[in-house]
Amino acid sequence: MENMVNVYLFGKKYQVPSSLTIMKAMEYAGYQLVRGCGCRNGFCGACSTIYRIKGDKELKACLACQTKVEDNMYVATLPFFPLVKEVYDIQKISPSEQIMMQLYPEIYACVGCNACTKACTQGLNVMQYIAYAQRGDFESCAEESFDCVMCGVCSSRCPAGISHPQVAELSRRLYGKYIAPETTHLLERVKEIDDGKYKELIETLMNKPISELKELYNNREIEK
Amino acid sequence: MYNYTNEQLESMKKVEATRQERCGKLHRRLTAEEKDAVLKEYHPDYITSAYEVLKVGPNKGEKVLHELADVLQGKSRVLDMDIDLSKPDYETDVLIIGAGGAGSSAAIEADNAGAKVMMVTKLRIGDANTMMAEGGIQAADKPNDSPAIHYLDAFGGGHFAAKPELLYRLVSEAPDAIRWLNDLGVMFDKMPDGTMVTTHGGGTSRKRMHACKDYSGAEIMRTLRDEVLNRGIPVIDFTSAIELIKDTDGKVAGAVLMNMETKDILVAKAKVVIIATGGAGRLHYQGFPTSNHYGATADGLVLAYRAGGKLLYADTLQYHPTGAAEPTQIFGALVTEKVRSLGAQLVNKNGEAFVYSLETRDVTASSIIKECSKGNGVKTTDGQGVWLDTPQIEILGGEGTIEKRIPAMMRMFGKYGIDIRKEPILIYPTLHYQNGGIDISADGMSTTIENLYVAGEAVGGIHGRNRLMGNSLLDIIVFGRIAGKSAGKKFKEVTLKDLTLDHVKSFDKELKDAGLNPEILSPKLLPNYTKQPAI
Repeated sequence: MENMVNVYLFGKKYQVPSSLTIMKAMEYAGYQLVRGCGCRNGFCGACSTIYRIKGDKELKACLACQTKVEDNMYVATLPFFPLVKEVYDIQKISPSEQIMMQLYPEIYACVGCNACTKACTQGLNVMQYIAYAQRGDFESCAEESFDCVMCGVCSSRCPAGISHPQVAELSRRLYGKYIAPETTHLLERVKEIDDGKYKELIETLMNKPISELKELYNNREIEK
Repeated sequence: MYNYTNEQLESMKKVEATRQERCGKLHRRLTAEEKDAVLKEYHPDYITSAYEVLKVGPNKGEKVLHELADVLQGKSRVLDMDIDLSKPDYETDVLIIGAGGAGSSAAIEADNAGAKVMMVTKLRIGDANTMMAEGGIQAADKPNDSPAIHYLDAFGGGHFAAKPELLYRLVSEAPDAIRWLNDLGVMFDKMPDGTMVTTHGGGTSRKRMHACKDYSGAEIMRTLRDEVLNRGIPVIDFTSAIELIKDTDGKVAGAVLMNMETKDILVAKAKVVIIATGGAGRLHYQGFPTSNHYGATADGLVLAYRAGGKLLYADTLQYHPTGAAEPTQIFGALVTEKVRSLGAQLVNKNGEAFVYSLETRDVTASSIIKECSKGNGVKTTDGQGVWLDTPQIEILGGEGTIEKRIPAMMRMFGKYGIDIRKEPILIYPTLHYQNGGIDISADGMSTTIENLYVAGEAVGGIHGRNRLMGNSLLDIIVFGRIAGKSAGKKFKEVTLKDLTLDHVKSFDKELKDAGLNPEILSPKLLPNYTKQPAI
């Protein structure tokens, strides 16, 4: 007999095998999920969940698809959180401190409680990346926030009402577009293709008989 | 430390014992004949009992897997409904079904072209396989590479079965796809001088795999999503398309939608429809676990098939060589090919490397299945597996390489007490990708239905009968953009007649005439894992 534990889904008690993730435990209990379930692999941020182990003061947050159940776990999923997403034109803004002032001025109201970092389901240093954003250091903000899945748990815990994942998203786009070094070989290749440089070469391949292509393929030179 | 069995721990010691010696040498590559042999004997695509012949529809007489036949020849959800098509709830120029990478790219380009665009998705924008693509995206943009070399790699890797005109566009528009993404703010891995950091993938002859650490798909997807939202393109989430609507001329003219929570039925009228619904891993073909997201149930194929959309290569699937085999909690989850690109070898229970790590995916997966069937696999909670020797990456690339290049993998296993920098991991093939799909021409339109465009994994024929790593992230961008641009032109010349669902009734009649009386409702929309051990 598999080892069973008690979990309380939205307060109601169920017995489930201890090897299950919270998501699979909900399904085992009979929930047909529509919300709160996306990639099931820890990338999409759909299944943010808060929980408390009975007798423990601390409220914890996690992704339901990535976290094993524990005995006496009280679980509430957070399938949606109203993050504030400001709208902007990426082609027209510039990577300056002013852009954060304009779009997300609430980041300057951070009280330094660090609740965001403690809540992060990815173990990121959220408060630190907000500090970088305040200073207009978009590169550091982008790097520090890179593994963010935008689940929104940080924002649910923030007394200043900051939408951390959206601040990070803006920083990453600013960095990727304006600050990261330009790739010359890419732009040159795009131009070559636009000028039709490879058209004939590929069309020649397309018109060869399969037998000849097999020969070419099986004997092609492979970069070390 | 993860709670491995004694047998697993014993085997792990053997892997450690041979590691240093293995680091120095690559396993020899298979010859063309050896590849053919291992595929025929061990690839799941060759298990004839898993297939059946379609009795109705545009691909009547062709074989597909039972699970796909069930939904293609399933019962329409609208048959018993009374739907008033004369008063649409939505009217738009371009309706996009699906909001992953392909749908979002299409939306942005159609918006650029001046069309009124609307997206519907049964989950949320970005809850898609795109989000989970870890390894990277191919593009021939280095001086020693060219789109022609990329063409040959992909054509050969796909067993010379790709539609040449589609592959032509894929490789020719690849560098521009990277430029476009970079311009939207996607953070590619670059050297300080701006040179792209590129690596090999299985079957590539040049290092052309671009990446954003091992969050490549996630970084691309969240950027596209942000852009869609910035443009104010409406995204109707938690709303599935359950049937295409046509007009009395037989052109596609919209879709019947269903609110996934309230089950309300809505009608969307559109001059052009783009199907970007992705793959089918959640049909669990042949009982395989899958690396796919929750909504990957081949819905787009079902909608198109009932409306007369011809499929191409619907019988061929990609089993990714390295799905997690242990811990059981993440059974089937993707372990990116990049782990092998960075130098980790596949090793059997005796500590022996048994295949060159970067053969094409189908050959590598078949070789793993072969090794296990020879008794050289390691027993796992859910079956068996072989080792992927991740500590080799740190030996070959220097300490810190894993944390820098594959942080998501380190995190995924770290949660279960497995430090992949120090211990190898157990893997087994997992259902990963639908090679086949709806047959399209080079402008993205279905070859058999007017006004219906298709992009992304729902397309068949871009890659042939197998796909190389990094060509899927590429195809969703390239063909998403193509569909969006084409639709953005096409809608201007479309005048719709009265809307109808007659094609659904006639398909139902065909089913009955063929002696089929299906009870399974399709599209499937979501898998059902309640009250049973989830795969």
